[in-house]
Amino acid sequence: MAYDSFSVLTSTAVPMPIENVDTDQIIPARFLKATERTGFGDNLFRDWRYDKNDQPKADFVLNNPTYSGKILVGGKNFGSGSSREHAAWAIYDYGFRCVVSSFFADIFRGNSINVGILPVQVSPEFLHQIFEAIEKDANSELVVDLPAQTITIASTGASESFEINGYKKHNLLNGFDDIDYLQAMKSEIAAFATNR
Amino acid sequence: MSNSPKTLFDKVWDSHVIRKIEDGPDVFFIDRHFIHEVTSPVAFLGLKTRGIGVMYPERTFATADHNTPTINQHLPVEDALSANQLKQLATNSAKHGITHWGLGDPKNGIVHVVGPENGITLPGFTIVCGDSHTSTHGAFGAIAFGIGTSEVEMVLSSQCIMQPKPKKMRINVNGVLGKGVTPKDVALYIISKLTTSGATGYFVEYAGDVFENMSMEGRMTVCNLSIEMGARGGMIAPDQTTFDYIEGRELAPKGSDWDTQLAYWKTLKTDQGATFDEEINFNAADIEPMITYGTNPGMGMGISKHIPKATDVEGGVATYAKSLDYMGFSEDDSMIGKQVDYVFIGSCTNGRIEDFRAFASIVKGRKKADHVTAWVVPGSHIVEAQIKEEGILDILMEAGFVLRQPGCSACLAMNDDKIPAGKYAVSTSNRNFEGRQGPGSRTLLASPLVAAAAAVTGVVTDPRQFL
Repeated sequence: MAYDSFSVLTSTAVPMPIENVDTDQIIPARFLKATERTGFGDNLFRDWRYDKNDQPKADFVLNNPTYSGKILVGGKNFGSGSSREHAAWAIYDYGFRCVVSSFFADIFRGNSINVGILPVQVSPEFLHQIFEAIEKDANSELVVDLPAQTITIASTGASESFEINGYKKHNLLNGFDDIDYLQAMKSEIAAFATNR
Repeated sequence: MSNSPKTLFDKVWDSHVIRKIEDGPDVFFIDRHFIHEVTSPVAFLGLKTRGIGVMYPERTFATADHNTPTINQHLPVEDALSANQLKQLATNSAKHGITHWGLGDPKNGIVHVVGPENGITLPGFTIVCGDSHTSTHGAFGAIAFGIGTSEVEMVLSSQCIMQPKPKKMRINVNGVLGKGVTPKDVALYIISKLTTSGATGYFVEYAGDVFENMSMEGRMTVCNLSIEMGARGGMIAPDQTTFDYIEGRELAPKGSDWDTQLAYWKTLKTDQGATFDEEINFNAADIEPMITYGTNPGMGMGISKHIPKATDVEGGVATYAKSLDYMGFSEDDSMIGKQVDYVFIGSCTNGRIEDFRAFASIVKGRKKADHVTAWVVPGSHIVEAQIKEEGILDILMEAGFVLRQPGCSACLAMNDDKIPAGKYAVSTSNRNFEGRQGPGSRTLLASPLVAAAAAVTGVVTDPRQFL
């Protein structure tokens, strides 16, 4: 599905300084039974966010009114585990458009871009600076500039560049997706497939 | 360049690239595509919205496994949402002409069990499925990996996905495995050494004595777990063991087609002198029966060891403490003797006949511990039939176990097979994440032998004392 294009995002961020956040935490398997891609945001981080009586856990960051924004900042190895794209849908549905970490699991990274979320990989040092800036001031904004491929902590001016391949960047900037691309080359695919 | 030495991975990858995009991914052709009820409905919805069809329905196979009940499969599925997903898989498959093995079909079972056992999975193929354990099929010398639902839609509509080529890693394990050390232990050992993200960005080739001497079931277990160290997939060069496994399977090539394919398959090995971005060596003699103590598969250790101290492990101390707190364990605890409430044998990791043979080898002549709830779940109806034919069912029943019906079951607990909050499960599955086997569940990943030893003693037990 085509999605909103992404250019420059300036927003406060939600800090989650936990390593190895896996997709079972992002969206537990028992919530994968929908047959449409919307509505998953309600169950984002379900078991960290709510207790067994479905009451919000006060100590979880998404329940803390101090923190909000369109950027989620996670610890190393964010999105490990299952290939469920529902994890990316849940993050998107909740309202995030960008996830920042010092390291992403492969499948999650690909799924994110495919649904219109920009995964921004920064150095461990820069990640630490982001967490520090948010701890100091929860209203501290991050500026994620896709055309320039930079992320900046507004309050300190500290900035770092991030990697994304030119093809995916073009897609995100314009809201294009891979299916459009593949549909346009079906005769080439058919020629290839006849020999296989 | 064509004469330069190539890795097995390069040979298979490069032969499937239709177009290389500058500063972008490869357009990558997919030979075989598996779908199941959970990650496919939105892909079909996407096709409908765009008004496009399935390009090669004969290259896609559907099976119901993730949310299916493991008892009373002849009755309507009670959970309305699960029933709807199963219905959509059936109707979407029928509409587009895709082979569908639904609940109750003799070929039904876990996608990564039924693909190989029906001869769909072949050397040199590219295979994808909306499930991260698709890496299983790499055991045949295929490039196989999990994809997201957007990519499922791509494969359905164009038989291609767009992938940057991963880096290459070779993991060599040489020597002879000790008593009671199974393929599961080899995999958990490697993951414990590399950590849960140590192979991210890589595609792994497993090589060396240990894998050469391993059965296909064992190779599937090892490749299955490649994703648990972050690797996109893992593969093993096909050899006579592979060819013997495939020959005669229902959908495998036959006659002259077999001869042609076999000749090609024999070329699928890493050439002398081919290089990897990373190469790692382990010694088989260093591997013990393994068990995990934390909340990711990298948190594993030899069963006779003590839980490491936070200061001795890589990664954040806070994350480590959170993990042990969730498990109710402390640094330096011994795992031997820990209470076990549930035992689960099954899943795409350890749900094949060899796994049930191993499990039965220990429970034979013994009794299930009274306080242990055991779920014995075959990976497919074909495995279920083998369990019965080989007399394993009799052994299980005499020991107080009940055989359930095939499916993913308690591995991800989408159906009713959920471990209750706070309870400990020794599980032959693949993930010990928080709540993976049910909200609040605590998972100890292990081999079928360790699971059997726990089932009969009711505590974590070194299986070697029974062998």
